[in-house]
Amino acid sequence: MSNLPETRTHRYIPNASEDVREMLEVIGVPSIDRLFDSIPAEVKLDRLLDVPGPWSEIESRRWFRALASRNATAVDHASFLGGGAYAHYQPACIDQLLLRGEFLTAYTPYQPEVSQGTLQSIFEYQTHQCLLTGLDVANASLYDGSTALCEAILLAERLVKGKKKVIVAKSIHPQYIETVRTYVQNLGIELVEVGWTADGRIDTAALRQACGGDVFAVAVQSPNFLGVIEDYEAIAAASGSITRIAVVAEATSLGIVAPPGEHGFDICVGEGQAWGVPTSFGGPYVGFMVVRDALKRYMPGRLVGETVDVDGRRAYVLTLATREQHIRRGKATSNICTNEALIALAANMYLSLMGKEGLREVAEQCLQKTNYLREKLRGIGSVKLPFSGPVYNEFVVRTPFPATEILGDLEHEKILGGIPLGRFYSGHDNEFLVAVTELNTREQMDHYAAALNAAISRERR
Amino acid sequence: MTTVVEPQEAAERKAQSAPREGSIFEHSHPGRCGYQLPALDVPERPLDSILAKSLRRNSIEGELEVSEVGVVRHFTRLSKLNVSIDAGMYPLGSCTMKHNPRINEEIARTPGFAFSHPLQPDHQVQGNLELIWNLEQTLKEIFGLPRVTLQPVAGAHGELTGIMMVRKAQEKAGNARKYILIPDSAHGTNPASAAFAGYQIKELKSNSRGTVDPATLAEAVTDEVAALMVTVPNTLGVFESEIRKFADILHAKGAYLYCDGANLNAFVGIARPGDMGIDVMHTNLHKTFSTPHGGGGPGAGPVGVSKRLVPFLPAPTVERREDGSFYLEYDHPDSIGRMRAFNGNFGVLVRALTYMRSMGPEGLRRIAELAVLNANYIRARLKGSYYLPYDAPSLHEVVFSDKLQSAQEVHTLDVAKRLMDYGFHPPTIYFPLIVSGALMIEPTESEPKEELDSFCEAMLAIAREVKERPELVRTAPHTTPVRRLDEARAARNPILRWQK
Amino acid sequence: MTPEDSKYAKSHEYVHVEGDIGTVGITDYAQKELGDVVFVELPQVGSQLEQNEELGSIESVKAVSELFAPISGEVVEVNEKLKDKPELVNTDPYGDGWMVRVKLSDATELDVLMGAEEYDEYVETESGH
Repeated sequence: MSNLPETRTHRYIPNASEDVREMLEVIGVPSIDRLFDSIPAEVKLDRLLDVPGPWSEIESRRWFRALASRNATAVDHASFLGGGAYAHYQPACIDQLLLRGEFLTAYTPYQPEVSQGTLQSIFEYQTHQCLLTGLDVANASLYDGSTALCEAILLAERLVKGKKKVIVAKSIHPQYIETVRTYVQNLGIELVEVGWTADGRIDTAALRQACGGDVFAVAVQSPNFLGVIEDYEAIAAASGSITRIAVVAEATSLGIVAPPGEHGFDICVGEGQAWGVPTSFGGPYVGFMVVRDALKRYMPGRLVGETVDVDGRRAYVLTLATREQHIRRGKATSNICTNEALIALAANMYLSLMGKEGLREVAEQCLQKTNYLREKLRGIGSVKLPFSGPVYNEFVVRTPFPATEILGDLEHEKILGGIPLGRFYSGHDNEFLVAVTELNTREQMDHYAAALNAAISRERR
Repeated sequence: MTTVVEPQEAAERKAQSAPREGSIFEHSHPGRCGYQLPALDVPERPLDSILAKSLRRNSIEGELEVSEVGVVRHFTRLSKLNVSIDAGMYPLGSCTMKHNPRINEEIARTPGFAFSHPLQPDHQVQGNLELIWNLEQTLKEIFGLPRVTLQPVAGAHGELTGIMMVRKAQEKAGNARKYILIPDSAHGTNPASAAFAGYQIKELKSNSRGTVDPATLAEAVTDEVAALMVTVPNTLGVFESEIRKFADILHAKGAYLYCDGANLNAFVGIARPGDMGIDVMHTNLHKTFSTPHGGGGPGAGPVGVSKRLVPFLPAPTVERREDGSFYLEYDHPDSIGRMRAFNGNFGVLVRALTYMRSMGPEGLRRIAELAVLNANYIRARLKGSYYLPYDAPSLHEVVFSDKLQSAQEVHTLDVAKRLMDYGFHPPTIYFPLIVSGALMIEPTESEPKEELDSFCEAMLAIAREVKERPELVRTAPHTTPVRRLDEARAARNPILRWQK
Repeated sequence: MTPEDSKYAKSHEYVHVEGDIGTVGITDYAQKELGDVVFVELPQVGSQLEQNEELGSIESVKAVSELFAPISGEVVEVNEKLKDKPELVNTDPYGDGWMVRVKLSDATELDVLMGAEEYDEYVETESGH
């Protein structure tokens, strides 16, 4: 038996010794220990686990808050960090609604009669995804943008038999590409990377050349990891009849950038974090996938559909489930089970609140402010903006000095100034990515420009 | 809670007051608005000069115009159509639907965590790295294994990670091998994950106890078998008492023992997978460690490994320097690679560690003790009224079947639906596949005796109804926001998005 | 009633032969076992089938089963109606619920299939009733 005093229970475990005694009597065993007789003695632990606790909430708050205070974050710095995780405005009511136990503490809506809230929300979320991407069918969510890209590539591979090459733009988020490499390493799929040109966009001539008969798909990201908005039409023209996958790692861009579904793309996957989800050191986020209607039966993950109940009332239910692991097991379209439902719910709330006007306004503000800072930095002597293509809310800056040193200087000014590119691409040590969203004020940007100017002067000395 | 409503009365009552909520797309009215941004504080440039018209979209046709009031009411009303663990017992077998403490939520929302960015340099996120390091230490102790990766974000993601590590290790040893052995009682993610790691699946038949016979295993393990994936305790809630023998048989042939640790709630603090000879296991932080299921996620699926598999862990790992500082280590030449961008579901990790600290050593053990006690109490009370296809001692969950009810042409689905009228979420049904008409009940340690009694009384009442008024059960539920759905219609002509 | 004029495979497909064309579907027993059919995946016209090899799949709400070709030959027609109305497999398995028409490449293959009476007996033993 545990060392807890007989008379005291843990606050999360209601049954006390009196309850336990009564229950043991019904079961017909003398002690709880006997219920574990099926575990052989030689594998049983003869001591308590060596872990801290039990802590009261007071102690937990103390310890965890002290830890959190050891981070330098957007809380006490002006942040210009992006690279696949963006700080956007989240309306206050979203988090309050997410904390409703009916959403927070329910599980996958296997039983539709008592899960209509979750099911209807997913159905609405799917609808938003379709409207934003210009494609026909969206699933209930995937883990994140990187794994969504993996799933998209595996989907595309299922569409054609015998072709094993996929082209990926080198300007897709490098960690997404790394994840894809992990996922496909045992499946005989080969990745062919196509680089960028001086405008920061995919090299369409190289793309055209790479599109041989053994290629089943091409994947590009827009805005890409360099911040540059790709030309979907040009990519479509260069890649013939193969399946085209658009990756959107900055979801708010869909408020102003042309939707991939209307420009020759068959699959759009991406990261929904930018829809107001806290950056939270990388997760939980929400991956999305939207496809043309003809591909829906090849999709991974859960799908919610509309139907009626026996009384003819409109109702929602998980559907086309025969694609999934719990039915098709080893032949399923994916192994995914648990997804990111609660984050998809947050995204649904965000999209509903912002709506037609708000999504546009957020995107326009990002675009305007980014170009404001970009022009401002262009004016600093020895700052180079290496890529000439149009950007959405992020761009690359080059100085004559190592990015890590420049960014260290900015940190002294309470600015999280960007992400060094050198950690992703060799030979780019003097470049870094700067992101701007609607949360950044003109004052912050002016301060940024001044601080960068000063940092460069300091490095020069 | 357990008032039984007659169908006629229920139908009338529902007609009057059934909760309903239209689609958010029906709440849209031109000119309404649910947000406000500060006015643009930089000089506005002509759009055409910064983004060519050909690269822009027109307004998002069909998107919403709803006020904040409208949005808040919509989602509040939607929420009322769900049942949840906050409202009562949710005995979904294999899912470990336990209480989700709110301190976990509060801690995860601490601004220093919530607003930290995944690509910040190590020196700016020492708090996060220390937290992850601490969680790994605690999981190492719970698993009895030397390293744990926290990158996987779900159970199935952890499975894929684990099997990929096995594959990489086998390749390194000269032969990736062809097969993964999986018992017929396994969760569907096991074969799916193994397939995505490039393996073929060989199914192992369970014996009359519902477990794997060492003899069956020994016969199946050849030089082409990479690993056995086994759920401990299995999906019947039965512990694989021969687990040590499994390990010996596999290891003798150079194969690995993978443990699906979804059911860790049954033995946390009682026994450790590492001591059982297990080489690699995942567990689900959203099960045993109380992070909320959120209607289907997010979760986290950390994977622990034995010494032999450590070199193959996903990169980066979190390491501690002599001086007590922490850093991300990318230099793992034999790593399977990265399983996801960034650092896993960090927010879920924060919640899980908060919970582990709240429980402490005694509390963690107490989880298993009371979860097993609760499940066995249900088993004792319902045995006889419901058929127990496998009579072996079970731990944290119990699997009945509809055999006794089938004579009245009432099936598991009907019993499950009728339970809703008594205010309970149904158990997992028709799983595991080795039980025809399975009802898989997992109460967890969160349930007080009186809730278990209410549940048992509801189940017993349903068993009586099956004999006396089978039609009442066959047509259930009668009191839910909607009744049984036409699922065939949904699948035949799928409507997957709102359309006017 | 199991139609007398067709032949049956152990995997519950029937083939009804007229001239050198065989019409293939699943039996009434099979459709009942499956429940509400929601989707049928069929091969393309022109593809070659081999006896006992996979010809497609059939899905109910919560199950998926493989279909096997009862005879070898070239697919000359597929039942397009099943795309929109898969329920025809339930309502009229031997009529409008047919799946593919095959130009038989070897009529002697029919000899290994069961007749109606034999199939009925087979179903009875298999289902254990």
